[in-house]
Amino acid sequence: MTSIKQLPYEEYFLAGNGSCPGCGLTIGLRNVLKALGKEVYMVVPASCSSVVQSPFPNSSATVPLLNTPFAASAAAASGMVRALKVMGKDSVVMVWAGDGGTFDIGLATVSGAAERNEDLLYICYDNEAYMNTGGHRSSATPLGTFTGTTPTGKKENKKNIPLIMAAHGIPYVATASIAFITDLYDKILKAKDMKGFRYIQIFSPCTPGWLLPTEKSVESAKLAVQTGMYPLFEIENGIFKISAPSKAYLKKEKRKPLTDYFKLQGRFKHLKEEDIKLIEKWVDEISEEYASMDGKKVV
Amino acid sequence: MRVLIPKSKPSKGAVGKTGLWRTSKPVVNHDKCIKCVICWAFCPETTIFRFQDNSVDIDYEYCKGCGVCANECPVNAIEMVED
Ligand SMILES: Cc1ncc(C[n+]2csc(CCOP(=O)(O)OP(=O)(O)O)c2C)c(N)n1
Ligand code: SF4
Ligand code: SF4
Ligand code: SF4
Ligand SMILES: [Mg+2]
Repeated sequence: MTSIKQLPYEEYFLAGNGSCPGCGLTIGLRNVLKALGKEVYMVVPASCSSVVQSPFPNSSATVPLLNTPFAASAAAASGMVRALKVMGKDSVVMVWAGDGGTFDIGLATVSGAAERNEDLLYICYDNEAYMNTGGHRSSATPLGTFTGTTPTGKKENKKNIPLIMAAHGIPYVATASIAFITDLYDKILKAKDMKGFRYIQIFSPCTPGWLLPTEKSVESAKLAVQTGMYPLFEIENGIFKISAPSKAYLKKEKRKPLTDYFKLQGRFKHLKEEDIKLIEKWVDEISEEYASMDGKKVV
Repeated sequence: MRVLIPKSKPSKGAVGKTGLWRTSKPVVNHDKCIKCVICWAFCPETTIFRFQDNSVDIDYEYCKGCGVCANECPVNAIEMVED
């Protein structure tokens, strides 16, 4: 396992970019690019990442990056993979898309590319809403959350996209978090050397969207794992494995109280005791389910 | 027909000197620092210099003053001070 000191010095995402202070996606992107190195082609659909990369004629990314319409990223990346093959280049094609562009609007092309087992790395940075356009709910938004379009709290649970992706029979699916940066780094390294469609979902706090103090983005991401709100796991060739940072928190008695996580963020401020009970029920169920799947072939 | 391709070039400070966005700035106490480079790894802005001996310093030209580094430092060697 890589240690923090072993993370490479090289930077592929430059300072002076367009992200808000404390933005989680840039912590993720910076370290993902360290793992991939310069032989990568990025594909980015409409999202905060389109803005964070900075406006024409400048780019904060030092690697080639293609901007696509919202739903097209996995399709565009599939074409790019083929073009690079014809050119005889052995480079990684990485889609870097938001949760809205993955869970909702891009799902058709994501599913198509996964079904064809296209040789690409698809990364969804999950900030649990459509942040670039003002923070509207997506199907990645958790139950109870306040967003611009769920002013009294979202009524539905988060969609379980990692398991839906795994059901396509692709070689690699993983969840990761910007708070566990070496776990994330190692997952990217592993996926980089695999062939076929690889899906990694990275928990990435959004400071204005979550009404979260800017200095708390990493702390809140850590708590999401420690409270069981965001379990980290891998499904490698169909075998499910809980990742080290989540291992201890599968047991209810070990998990931190959900309120530790909620109280940092304005998007959960309105929650009543009965709302928290409902969310806790979801956490308990999903943790139990994952504990029973650990080490087993699940697809 | 001439086709124009809108192609951007990599550049530091692509949206300008983002240090100007800051309301408070991180100051590293080098006597306290244990050179763990945690602040460097988590800085969202790539504005912590990491030197060969793992000591760190802040790139004030672009640091946005988010305070993540101060919040994550395990020995409280970074203080946020009004800028
Ligand atoms: C077809 C289409 N619909 C809507 C938009 C407007 N739009 C641009 S970015 C965005 C939000 C994207 O959300 P997400 O994918 O979660 O990324 P985030 O902004 O949260 O990083 C929306 C709705 C668009 N560009 N194209
Ligand atoms: S709105 Fe959120 S995700 Fe978008 S740049 Fe700002 S902090 Fe990052
Ligand atoms: S305050 Fe934020 S932007 Fe500035 S050095 Fe610290 S982590 Fe980086
Ligand atoms: S996190 Fe603190 S102790 Fe570690 S390198 Fe940064 S300033 Fe030094
Ligand atoms: Mg989003």
